[in-house]
Amino acid sequence: MTTLPVSAFALAGRSLRISSRRPDALIVALMLPVMLMLIFVYFFGGAIDTGTAYVTYVVPGAMLLCAGFGAASTAVSVSEDMTNGIIDRFRSLDVGAVPILAGHVAASVVRNLISTTLVLAVALAIGFRPQAGPTAFLGAAGLLLAYITAISWLAAALGLLAKSPEAAGGFTFLMMFLPYPSSAFVPIETMPGWLHGFADHQPLTPVIESLRALLLAQPAGDAPWIALTWCAGITAVAVTLAGALFRNRTR
Amino acid sequence: MTTHASGDLGIHAAGLTKSYGDLRVLDGIDLAVPRGSVLALLGPNGAGKTTTVRILATLTAADSGTARVAGLDTVTERSRVRRLIALTGQFAAVDELRTGTETLHMMGRLAGLSPRAARARADELLARFGLTEAAGRTAKTYSGGMRRRLDLAASLVSRPEVLFLDEPTTGLDPRSRQDLWELVRELRTDGTTVLLTTQYLEEADRLADRVAVLADGRIAAEGTPAELKSRVAGHRLDLTLTTGAAYEALAPRAVHLAPDELTLGLPTDGTAAHVRALLDELDPDRTDIERFTLRSATLDDVFLALTGADR
Repeated sequence: MTTLPVSAFALAGRSLRISSRRPDALIVALMLPVMLMLIFVYFFGGAIDTGTAYVTYVVPGAMLLCAGFGAASTAVSVSEDMTNGIIDRFRSLDVGAVPILAGHVAASVVRNLISTTLVLAVALAIGFRPQAGPTAFLGAAGLLLAYITAISWLAAALGLLAKSPEAAGGFTFLMMFLPYPSSAFVPIETMPGWLHGFADHQPLTPVIESLRALLLAQPAGDAPWIALTWCAGITAVAVTLAGALFRNRTR
Repeated sequence: MTTHASGDLGIHAAGLTKSYGDLRVLDGIDLAVPRGSVLALLGPNGAGKTTTVRILATLTAADSGTARVAGLDTVTERSRVRRLIALTGQFAAVDELRTGTETLHMMGRLAGLSPRAARARADELLARFGLTEAAGRTAKTYSGGMRRRLDLAASLVSRPEVLFLDEPTTGLDPRSRQDLWELVRELRTDGTTVLLTTQYLEEADRLADRVAVLADGRIAAEGTPAELKSRVAGHRLDLTLTTGAAYEALAPRAVHLAPDELTLGLPTDGTAAHVRALLDELDPDRTDIERFTLRSATLDDVFLALTGADR
């Protein structure tokens, strides 16, 4: 009957419309990452020596932080759908897990692209000067998209794992915390030695290093490939996990 | 149970069982609902009404037994069943932050209508359910009755052959309840098979062609409302007693109890001879009974007599 893309599109539209009518959540989702970036640049940045203007250093991290906030609201929305009965309405219309979750993820990607664009715009206004040519810029945008897709699926899986929307919100703290022990805000060399192993090898570091290199037209080495592999791996695991959790929840 | 060729049945369940852990929720449910008729599944909280509906609506798998809905097997032909049914749950499943039009339009798209057809169907249902004026407002601003109507409208977008209504009027004011009853009657007239669950006997009496009383995971009784009522004595003699002691003495024999008013009801066939004999037997000294009224048995009496609830 109805094809999968049509259902997913209709459900993504639903999700976006609902977000647009939560002005408080919308303002938090848009303002918080910008505020955090401003705090880092103006309050802490002066004390952090990164070898460049701090705003230049911090922009990739701020964009990922922003995506983390966006994904958190996705986990809450998924959890709400699973607990308030609307899921039965969709299932009794023969709309399955794939379009329901894909709709949430698509909406999450759109929300995140808007908020990261806003972060980038503010960064440009306060002195961020990317050196990227069109190819590098597209590469950075593509990698950001891959990262946002990965954590949106992860958020959907966490939303299915949580027994309540409040718990779902709690789970996503991990995602918001992850940028800190990475090269997002300070160079990893300045962290204590025992943290290096984690900070060097956690997924956010190659994503951040790649974005930084691509935006500033510096050599990126193999960081983009490591980053893409992480994104693909996280997406694959999260999709599988979400599918299994969905089946388990709706048995 | 009435016999029907399964093609005439909108819903046909045989031997459904379901346990959650050690708790046996359904203990062998048989149902046969002719196409285009209304069956009320009546029972107290925890009797298994919602579980039965969820199994029939393909949302939960039974441990054993079979169910056919609209002539199709709910397990092996699940997708096809889903295209022919709709479910309205106990709580209005509508997004608070979307308008009536948006909700119905999306349901239409999910049901496979073109954008234009979905728009037309949404407008048609909004008008039919008295929501045209509220169509552009978010459901957050709706009253409880309006939300239920929108919820029901959302389930009807796909023109289901079989409609499941799980406690559709719980929490509604009397006026909204009447409106909803009227809508269910219209659906029945249009040929929709309806299975509704309810705790309200009046609702079953008013709406249903047949009533199945569910207690402890089994069908305790099944029949037309009139048949079920005739199973108990037919009338009830309500006695208002003069003292608490007199009330306590008679309470074990009663089928209806109202301790605050010192009133209790006993079954009777309603003849003068029986009523007179009963009064003489219960109150030989003519001091304990202050007043009496004679009433026709309601489904409440049937329900209490059959399920032993409330005693």
